[in-house]
Amino acid sequence: MDELIEILKDLHSDVDFDTCTTLIDDKILDSFDIVSIVSEVNDRFDVAIPAKELVPENFNSAKALWDLITRLEED
Amino acid sequence: MRTVLDYLDRTAAAFPEKVSFRDEKTALTFAQLREQAMRGGSALLKDGVVREPVAVYMSKTPDEIAAFMAVLETGSFYVPIDDEMPQMRIKLIFENLQPRAVICDESTRESALELAGGAKIYTWSKIRTESADEDALSKVRASMIDTDPCYIMYTSGSTGIPKGVAVCHRSLIDYIESFCDVMKFDENTVFGSQTPFYFDASLKDIYPTIKLGCETVIVPHTLFMFPLKLVEFLNEYKINTLCWVVSALTMISAFGALDEVLPKYLKIVGFGGEVFPIKQYRKWKKALPDVRYINLYGPTETTGVSMYYEVDRDFEDDDVIPLGHPFENVDIFLLDENNKEADEGEICMRGTCVTLGYYQDPERTSQAFVQNPLNNRYPEIIYRTGDIARRNDRGELVFVSRKDFQIKHMGHRVELGEIECDVNSVSGIVNSCAVYLKKKDRIELYYEGRVEEKELLAYLKEKLPRYMVPTKVHKLDKLPLTPNGKTDRKGLTALSEGK
Repeated sequence: MDELIEILKDLHSDVDFDTCTTLIDDKILDSFDIVSIVSEVNDRFDVAIPAKELVPENFNSAKALWDLITRLEED
Repeated sequence: MRTVLDYLDRTAAAFPEKVSFRDEKTALTFAQLREQAMRGGSALLKDGVVREPVAVYMSKTPDEIAAFMAVLETGSFYVPIDDEMPQMRIKLIFENLQPRAVICDESTRESALELAGGAKIYTWSKIRTESADEDALSKVRASMIDTDPCYIMYTSGSTGIPKGVAVCHRSLIDYIESFCDVMKFDENTVFGSQTPFYFDASLKDIYPTIKLGCETVIVPHTLFMFPLKLVEFLNEYKINTLCWVVSALTMISAFGALDEVLPKYLKIVGFGGEVFPIKQYRKWKKALPDVRYINLYGPTETTGVSMYYEVDRDFEDDDVIPLGHPFENVDIFLLDENNKEADEGEICMRGTCVTLGYYQDPERTSQAFVQNPLNNRYPEIIYRTGDIARRNDRGELVFVSRKDFQIKHMGHRVELGEIECDVNSVSGIVNSCAVYLKKKDRIELYYEGRVEEKELLAYLKEKLPRYMVPTKVHKLDKLPLTPNGKTDRKGLTALSEGK
């Protein structure tokens, strides 16, 4: 989780990713960020996020994204 | 045909009740589009707005198109300003443009009041309901000529000051006629509009729609994060034609969305802005083999697309899809360093497509819009693109590289020098170097100075358009130099690529 927060902090240092649950709804993350996140997650966790998981619910908070990564790691 | 308004008049008469432009909330028929243009245009004329630049600072909606047309009705030329542009950039554009009139909507009104200096601000929802003065409008129309400017689009400049490319009606008509022929659009074409209206790629949807009576559906910006939802949207609106930048298409294919759901109405895919990676192209071709795929190439300075290649054969992973052949009435040739014609060299263009030049900027205009070096007999201005291409054994042109430090990122032209200019203007920064990592399609920045990385990045996000903001910034004690004393851009690029 810390490593994920670090990836996110690199993109937006001013956001509190531990508490924010509206990253998409409040337009904090945009399409450039999503592309970066997917590629960083792939590089660092060796997890490929498939198209059907690219939905707002999985990106609205760091926790949701972390749950997704763990779920994909287990598969 | 003298002006693009003739397209609108003709189509509004032929298909008055057909939808022209729509988004999720609103739709405008061709009759409404024309009527609103005439009403809005009359309101501007009443204030004496005629033959001058009018900034249109609105969010991307069908209304914005109506506002463009209203501006044209006054013999003036429109300048799209987007609510997603950073304030600093809008300021620089207004400084160059010096507009007397700005059209805004409710969402941009406050910002327009703040940035527009002495200009009068018009709210579109108000002026579009004023009564149309047909006499005044036809008087202006009769005085218009086809070399009058139609719009100005601002593009990145290496000094940090954006350049306003001014384009006349004749160039736009010349382009749209050839483009519609090549693409074989008709009134059943339904476009999904992806590109911002301040970007000349949007002309590919807007003007065929107005010329032929097609429909353009504005795709919500946020869907470009979520490929499955995006494809579902295309299906919901029965979109059959995409003229998109490559990065928007690869966003769908790279995430494997085409394995889950197909854009089932799709017939034509025009792509441009950058080179389409063959691996991604093949995913599209495999999923949708009956779709026509057409590579579209051309800089803003030659109106829009000047060259095309309809993919008609298979390619290997290490091949490059050619730029192909020029449109009718466009001549393209390659010049080497000695200004001699060659099989590999800078792409140069001749024809009606060559635009009027950079607005209020004779110096930069004269650097790119030059007398044809192959002709010393009469005045003939050509445009030097700065793109290097070669001719393959089939006679097609193939993109090789850029002459300078301009790159293509997410379909946008970016001058690495412009980013550096902005960074170097920050107090405490000594020097900087922006690098582009082609494989990852990302920009990174190296700099030396007293500013913290986070601080600098936050500042750049305020100042630069989103597509120009580096993904990462790296502070160094000293930027590495090449043996002849220049910043070692290649070395730094390799450093980033190795990470």
